[in-house]
Amino acid sequence: MSAAMDTESTYSGYSHYSGHSKKAHRQGRDRHKSPRSKDGSRSEKSVTIQTPPAEPLLGNDASRAEEGQDDNWGETTTAITGTSEHSISQEDIARISKDLEDSVGLDCKRYLGLTVAAVLGLLVFLTPIAFILLPQILWRDDLEPCGTVCEGLFISVAFKLLILLIGTWALFFRQPKADLPRVFMFRALLLVLIFLFVFSYWLFYGVRILDSKDTNYQGIVQYAVSLVDALLFIHYLAIVLLELRQLQPMFTVKVVRSTDGESRYYSLGHLSIQRAALVVLESYYRDFTVYNPALLTASKSRAAKHMAGLKVYNVDGPGNNASGQSRAMIAAAARRRDSSHNELYYEEADHERRVKKRRARLVVAVEEAFTHIKRLQAEEQQKAPGEMMDPREAAQAIFPSMARALQKYLRTTRQQQYHSMESILQHLSFCITNNMTPKAFLERYLNPGPTLQYDRDRWFSKQWTLVSEEAVTSVLQDGIVFVLKCLDFSLVVNVKKIPFIKLSEEFIDPKSHKFVLRLQSETSV
Amino acid sequence: SYLISFSFQQRIEIHKLRQGDNLILGFSIGGGIDQDPTQNPFSEDKTDKGIYVTRVTEGGPAEVAGLQIGDKIMQVNGWDMTMVTHDQARKRLTKRNEEVVRLLVTRQSLQKAVQQSMMS
Repeated sequence: MSAAMDTESTYSGYSHYSGHSKKAHRQGRDRHKSPRSKDGSRSEKSVTIQTPPAEPLLGNDASRAEEGQDDNWGETTTAITGTSEHSISQEDIARISKDLEDSVGLDCKRYLGLTVAAVLGLLVFLTPIAFILLPQILWRDDLEPCGTVCEGLFISVAFKLLILLIGTWALFFRQPKADLPRVFMFRALLLVLIFLFVFSYWLFYGVRILDSKDTNYQGIVQYAVSLVDALLFIHYLAIVLLELRQLQPMFTVKVVRSTDGESRYYSLGHLSIQRAALVVLESYYRDFTVYNPALLTASKSRAAKHMAGLKVYNVDGPGNNASGQSRAMIAAAARRRDSSHNELYYEEADHERRVKKRRARLVVAVEEAFTHIKRLQAEEQQKAPGEMMDPREAAQAIFPSMARALQKYLRTTRQQQYHSMESILQHLSFCITNNMTPKAFLERYLNPGPTLQYDRDRWFSKQWTLVSEEAVTSVLQDGIVFVLKCLDFSLVVNVKKIPFIKLSEEFIDPKSHKFVLRLQSETSV
Repeated sequence: SYLISFSFQQRIEIHKLRQGDNLILGFSIGGGIDQDPTQNPFSEDKTDKGIYVTRVTEGGPAEVAGLQIGDKIMQVNGWDMTMVTHDQARKRLTKRNEEVVRLLVTRQSLQKAVQQSMMS
């Protein structure tokens, strides 16, 4: 059960504002349609029960079909049976359709934002040049001749503009890595600042210089130089606000995955909630093991058994005494001698033993396979000296010998849908090319790795929704909790402040604390 | 009656005894500037880091010469022993080419004062 919190930040009316200026980024506006944000639940405190996706039947189908494929790829190396590649569950269909409809909308907005930002950035960049050139164009004859100082200023303007260009390119012209729901506070601030600034400069220029046709050219050029200086300072401000301020760690966040309780801690600085969410998500892909729904079936079946254990029949009459019923169920459940803990213990012990046995067989099989490669390579060297064996061929040659053991192990640890035969062959030839040991080859299969290691369609987590009670542009504070939801699971993030550390100094006289071991010995002479 | 303690110096001459390959003196020493003076049972001042005689073997050359347990060795053959390490003291006593060592020792003595009145 989960309570949908107040501002599900999926609607953003203000986000277009961030589109214009070279300081703006390409994130920002995103009409991110999440399946849960139906109109009703937006700004009410409502309780929604999220049932786990209806898996058992379809899951069985999929796994059975997969097993059909598995059996076959153990025996024949080249033929791939196509029975299971087209089995898609309901979730997949929903997901695919959502992907399609979202990608088109987002791209349009991103490009729009980009073009507007580029145009306005160019305008701001060309302002100083315009300041310098306009008098020359409009009233050249009246102007005072440009002396040495004035020409020196030309050089200074040119170089400062170049530095500004490089700095802006370095800081802002980067691949956008994410689409955030709301506008980025600091960028909006800077944007406003720049606009006011440039606007006031143009105003002054228009009134005092253009209208009155000022003849002091050196003054005009100095004015342009002061504009460029101020732009550089705004750039410095941008660096400090956007990049430096969040570097010093102030908060520790705990991220817990809702389905299996895997948790991690991260250190963050002064960030807004949406930027913190971004950092957490980026770390999620690298640190958390991949979400495997197959591992949850055991606990789900136990839960189902608990629910189905007792049935309550109302003998007395049609009165619907719900609380009385539940109380009766709880009491009966407590009295019943529940041996499910026993089952769990033995099941887990059994599973571990099975996994260890299969792992041992797998390791041995792979080691034998790799020594076989070495022998093959040695033979090839003798037959055709100087010719290296193609790793792909070598991989295909030894694959059948360990395919069975690997397939059995993957099935026991329920990882079989994450590794296709092609990917295993590829990994094997990669390991052979880089001269890796069998253990290095197996590292990928023995333990589930982070999400990034696997194929994109196995990720189960590509679009995220940020659910938080506070506004997502507000700064992190101690005790804030927000949830990052994706279709199948959610990440609950708990923010804690790093405690204020009071460190004091104590001076110890080096003579007094040196310890000299004094013995008392007795020697006979 | 009173107990008066005083220390007096004494010169003792020990003739080393040959035992096999070694020349032995027949007593044991303790103390030294690298040792812990507070563990010295014979010294009156527990910061005294001098060399003290901790044991005297029966019938040995030291006993014969009159050395007693608890004596503080001040000099050995003219070498000062009040500010030496334990090992240096040992070395000075066990020089191979010396057969006779002349020690200057300080001994504390407790004596009861004999009251004049008791005599009468």
